[in-house]
Amino acid sequence: MLTVLVRRLLNVVPTLVAVIALVFLLFSVLPGSFISGMNEDGRGLVDPAVMERMRKEMGLDDPLHERFAKYIAKTFVGDFGVSFRTREPVTKLIGDRLWPSLKLVLASMLFAIVIGVPLGFIAALKPGSVTDTTSMVVAISGLSLPKFWLGLMLMYLFALQLKILPSFGYGDGGLTHLTLPAIALGVSPMALLARTTRAAVLEVLNADFVRTARSKGMSEPRVVTWHVMRNALVLVITTIGLQFGSLMGQAVVVEKLFAWPGVGSLLVDSVFQRDIPAVQGCILLIVLFFLAINTLIDLAYVTIDPRIRYA
Amino acid sequence: MTDSPLLAVDNLRIDIGGGKERHAAVEDVSFSIARGETFGLVGESGCGKSITALSIMGLLRHPLSLGSGSSIVLDGQPIHNASAAEMRSLRGRRIGMIFQEPMTALNPLSPVGRQIAEMFVLHMGMGWKEATERAVDSLRQVRVPSPERRVHDYPHQLSGGMRQRVMIAIALACSPDMLIADEPTTALDVTVQAEIVDLMRDLCAEKGTAILMISHDLGLVAQVCRRVAVMYAGRIVEQRASAEVFKDPRHPYTRGLLASLPRLGARSQHGRQRLNEISGVVPAVSAFPRGCRFNPRCGARTDICTIEDPQTTPLDGGQGLVRCHHA
Repeated sequence: MLTVLVRRLLNVVPTLVAVIALVFLLFSVLPGSFISGMNEDGRGLVDPAVMERMRKEMGLDDPLHERFAKYIAKTFVGDFGVSFRTREPVTKLIGDRLWPSLKLVLASMLFAIVIGVPLGFIAALKPGSVTDTTSMVVAISGLSLPKFWLGLMLMYLFALQLKILPSFGYGDGGLTHLTLPAIALGVSPMALLARTTRAAVLEVLNADFVRTARSKGMSEPRVVTWHVMRNALVLVITTIGLQFGSLMGQAVVVEKLFAWPGVGSLLVDSVFQRDIPAVQGCILLIVLFFLAINTLIDLAYVTIDPRIRYA
Repeated sequence: MTDSPLLAVDNLRIDIGGGKERHAAVEDVSFSIARGETFGLVGESGCGKSITALSIMGLLRHPLSLGSGSSIVLDGQPIHNASAAEMRSLRGRRIGMIFQEPMTALNPLSPVGRQIAEMFVLHMGMGWKEATERAVDSLRQVRVPSPERRVHDYPHQLSGGMRQRVMIAIALACSPDMLIADEPTTALDVTVQAEIVDLMRDLCAEKGTAILMISHDLGLVAQVCRRVAVMYAGRIVEQRASAEVFKDPRHPYTRGLLASLPRLGARSQHGRQRLNEISGVVPAVSAFPRGCRFNPRCGARTDICTIEDPQTTPLDGGQGLVRCHHA
């Protein structure tokens, strides 16, 4: 178990360097900067001398490789730089936003798993039944609805019409404010999970060892609990991992829509203002989250499936 | 009850599909097995022998179904119309089954000991702890070395032969009246095959368990079974004592099967020769030929074979039968 963890963590380092390099290069080839954006309204309110001084101060005139080297070195000691916009350290900026983001992502994933997995299970046990067809129609709709549209509809229904939930904002960070954005974000992973679970269970139900189990005189519920569930879980966990990992990135749209003070809305605001240190910090965090979840999933495989042993 | 057979299959028909698309994959199959007897069912792939076994277990699944008029009687009790719960109490406890592929027939995520122990939990009402102890005994019985350790192993940690031993341990755990072995050695090395066959035969003789062995290998079946039925295209074409089949095969298909067995030393006696084969393939269920079903592949075919379906003719003073116009 420990060796698996160490190996996985060692793999994370090159991935991180690659992502940092990519983000850094992308922003250095994009036209415009934080400084040039200051006079974007064309009114010329900012003194050119001030702009020149700020450019020097932020190191925007330094050669690319120098800036990159400096950035890498600082990142690895945990210093993400200072935000151009707020003059605060990016780590603090993200730190304030991290918990709301995590809360949203965890709640969405919980919603997706709790609804999606049982739905797929029930559908697979009675293929072709009304339950099966209905749940799969729901699943496909869930997959094809755009998140922002779904979010707007939820707001309309629950906030405007039924008036039972707040339409947006963080409030005290409690369940009432969390529910709508969590559902908006969770519907598509829920739908995907329902579909993969159904496929996985159907596949396992056709396996030879299930026939063996039946030949032992086992009742169908026992066959499912003793032999089908665990085997199907191996396949379901893969989807959970992939969805979970990318959810932080997907949250950007939903956070912006619901004015949720998470990393996603910080990222959008920072991009518009070309606040490069903040953008890089956010992306780094999203990538880190993805890698962390992947590592957890690998550990889960090892505990569930005895055939998987990373030597 | 000593005279009545342990298993009597009468007029068995297995349908595939339904409505207009319904075809009989197995038809007019009758045989019986006495207590402790060994009986073999032989034929090429697709002739209906495996589904015959599954029908006895009550494990036919869509699109297969038992045809009306079929009768399967176990120990005087009809089981062709038994309820699901009744069948469950028979399966495993009174009829054990071994499958062809020991690689996939065991759950990869469950220790083999637990998979054996399930039998004791299901049919003998034991707790898991006691059942696991019994599983060690079962492993010892099927001659798995150091069973106390192996009981915790997962299937992937065992060789094919060991896995098939585990399957035998499962099938015989509750000392059933009958063991159905569906191609039990096909997936194994030749040397391991002999061990598995010996083990199966010894254990069943010890427990008084009857064997229904299904195989495409007439040589193997004759070695294990006292009586043998040869199936072709969903029907029994010849059914006799194994010794008679070898001495004097009557159906051209049986003769073909025998001739296609490789024989050790054949080359030194007769010089280099090709292995015999039966040309052609088993016809599809939806396209059984008119007349005798074997006629398109038969060397002894005459006009009547393509027109009229042959009836069974008794052989060996009523002990055997053959289904051929020219037998």
